[in-house]
Amino acid sequence: MLATEKNKNTTPVECEAPNLQEKKNESLLKYLIIGILFGIVFVKAEIISWFRIQEMFRLQSFFMYGVIGSAVIVGMISVQLIKRLNIKSISGEKINIPKKEFRKGQIIGGLIFGLGWALTGACPGPLFAQIGSGFTVIVVTLLSAIAGTWVYGKFADKLPN
Amino acid sequence: MEQFIEWISQPWPWWVAGPLIGLTVPALLILGNKTFGISSSLRHICAACIPAGIPFFSYDWKKELWNIIFVLGVLIGGFIATTFFANPDTIVVAEATQQDLAALGITDYTSLMPAEIFNWENLLSGKGLLFFVLGGFLVGFGTRYAGGCTSGHAIMGISSLQWPSLVATIFFMLGGFLMTHVFLGPLMSLVGF
Repeated sequence: MLATEKNKNTTPVECEAPNLQEKKNESLLKYLIIGILFGIVFVKAEIISWFRIQEMFRLQSFFMYGVIGSAVIVGMISVQLIKRLNIKSISGEKINIPKKEFRKGQIIGGLIFGLGWALTGACPGPLFAQIGSGFTVIVVTLLSAIAGTWVYGKFADKLPN
Repeated sequence: MEQFIEWISQPWPWWVAGPLIGLTVPALLILGNKTFGISSSLRHICAACIPAGIPFFSYDWKKELWNIIFVLGVLIGGFIATTFFANPDTIVVAEATQQDLAALGITDYTSLMPAEIFNWENLLSGKGLLFFVLGGFLVGFGTRYAGGCTSGHAIMGISSLQWPSLVATIFFMLGGFLMTHVFLGPLMSLVGF
């Protein structure tokens, strides 16, 4: 009844549910598209390559530093513009960036992730793109990463943080 | 069209890739008020499939479905780029890196990943245990413990001037240097390289 009242001047009530469904699917579709574009960049710039990560950690190529550095600069300018010009999201909301609190995990966990990063040659994003690129054995790496996440969750309250 | 495919098939330089990755930050903020982060998707997968009553996984993962859809997109993007605009030439890797890797037994540059390591035959050997099982575990455990990965901390966190993210990024790099320069050689000879 509430729905009928809300919509009595706009759409007939029987259309409401399908419209909502459509809206939900549409809103998830945009994330799929951004993800696809992101995956294409990962492969085309060869960021998913184990060799690029080795070059980076051996300080033998500027490439990955250039990628990460320029991504941070563009991200920083964008966030500043959003804040200063008070840009809203397309649905009119105030843009909200949650604050990250400092915890010991950023040191211990960070170090552990770094050790894994040099082995797999991939942070979590490239793992997905590697699988899509046909390196199907990386499914095992991904499953193991999910297991690692699960084990962290299981013992989260017992670890120093 | 053919020219376009030829042009797009070349490897993209860092000054194209980096800014495009950086633009993901405002794209997600403006289109959906979402903060960029990829490793969270692994947590949402745990919450969706194997929550096991653990408090860390007891939340409404359906609200975070966008993140899982996003990484699914990354996988599809990887497929599209490799299938339609793959670079026909072999990857160009720094000379010094090639020398270092040759000493470790890695000499195959025919694809983006060294064939000596990343193949199914290695799965049930020490090589697979090291690179897939241990490597993956450290990535999943470490990113969650740190509360984010390269995207959430290094890119999103530093972009929004959050110093804990800078700390996390410094330790990501330290971990990587430590593995590459201290552990990788001995570990690789241990598993038969």
